[in-house]
Amino acid sequence: MNLKRIFIILLLFNFNSAHVYSMAPDVFIQSTVNRASQTLSENISKDEKIYQLKIIAKETVDIKGVGFYSLGSIRNKLNEADKKKYSELFELYFLKSFSSRLSEYTNPKIEVQGKKRLNENYTIVNSKLIATSDRPEVKIDWRVYTKNSNNPLIRDLIIEGLSLARTQKEEFASILNSNNNDINALFKALEDFSK
Amino acid sequence: MYNLSMFKKFTVLIVTIFFITINAYAGSTGELELNKNEPKEIKDCFEKLNRATFSFNQGLDKAIIKPIAKGYRSLPDPIQKGTSNAVRNLSNLITIPNNVLQGDIKMAVINTGRLVINTTVGILGTIDVANKMGFPKYEMEDYGQTLGAWGVGPGCYLVVPVLGPSNLRDTAGSFINVMGGDPWYNVSAHGNNEFLSQDIYMISKALSGIDFRANNIESLDNLEKNSIDFYASVKSLYTQDRENKIKNNQRGNIEVLYKDETDWEEIDKK
Repeated sequence: MNLKRIFIILLLFNFNSAHVYSMAPDVFIQSTVNRASQTLSENISKDEKIYQLKIIAKETVDIKGVGFYSLGSIRNKLNEADKKKYSELFELYFLKSFSSRLSEYTNPKIEVQGKKRLNENYTIVNSKLIATSDRPEVKIDWRVYTKNSNNPLIRDLIIEGLSLARTQKEEFASILNSNNNDINALFKALEDFSK
Repeated sequence: MYNLSMFKKFTVLIVTIFFITINAYAGSTGELELNKNEPKEIKDCFEKLNRATFSFNQGLDKAIIKPIAKGYRSLPDPIQKGTSNAVRNLSNLITIPNNVLQGDIKMAVINTGRLVINTTVGILGTIDVANKMGFPKYEMEDYGQTLGAWGVGPGCYLVVPVLGPSNLRDTAGSFINVMGGDPWYNVSAHGNNEFLSQDIYMISKALSGIDFRANNIESLDNLEKNSIDFYASVKSLYTQDRENKIKNNQRGNIEVLYKDETDWEEIDKK
């Protein structure tokens, strides 16, 4: 009898887990932007908003993946210590840059409009930032990494056709090219920005 | 006078051919290929000079252009909207021949209708009547885009004093405007009439620039504040925007994404 109960409880637990955590990419994006929008519309200080936005970014963005993508082909030449240092610095840089960009907006309304599955790893979610009297409508596409369907993660934002990940990658490449591909130059630039 | 004008045109023609030739030469190392979708590393052959020009332009922007743009933004909405519509309407004169050169006759006809309606009923283009009548969304075309659509690669990245980011192909495209490719320039500078002059042409171009700057004050401030290399960010965004325009990708469509997924795939395998 006890065994039967345990079996049923385990079955229910498994069913509930799958039901709760497996999230469609478009639902995931809408839920994420709703969280961010709510934070931005709250009557709290800018620093508090930035703090909350950083938490959202940590939970929903594949910061490590975006970091290594942005690094370009030089990532293959780094030793483990440099990779670790880069990941730490990139996270600080990314969170500051991301939260600072978003905190300029007050109560942005983003509507998810559709999605297109690229392959088993990626789905593109289409959305638009609703126009206000101060700004026109802005189209935003989200590259969502869906390899683990229970834990989708954002890897890129394409705003009006302009990829933020690509911009960041080309920005880093420019710094490295100007400094004979010396990774320390990039470390310094990331450190200076995050101060 | 006639000889002087011919000499000027000849000089511009030589400069344009020079730019296109350099571009074609760049093509021999892989730049000049048809239907190339994969973005390659941006060639920044004149980086030192470009960065110096970029700094100069930033100084000019902070001292003159941005304050003017802010002043423009404080004008009543109907004046801003009317100015914006009028300069966009004039750009049809470059868009229409480029629609034809790209083989898009249907769009050339639509844009001709748009130009006629907005110039007449829309009072010299200040009111976008065609838009209210349900014309398709206006997409500007220029000679740089046409060269791109014909398969000419961008060549080296170039920062032009005052005008900002460009590349060899797009700069060559701009020269075509003053070689007879822009009917508005032709009637203003060589129209031999009492109403228009080269000054009017220059004013219309300046207004177009100020209108663009005024519409992008916050976004450029935000980009500068959040970039670790503002010059490189602007270079990347300019290049992406031109790629999208050449491919006539509707903004926000899936096609604007990288065709080259190699980097992501490599990261996924780790």
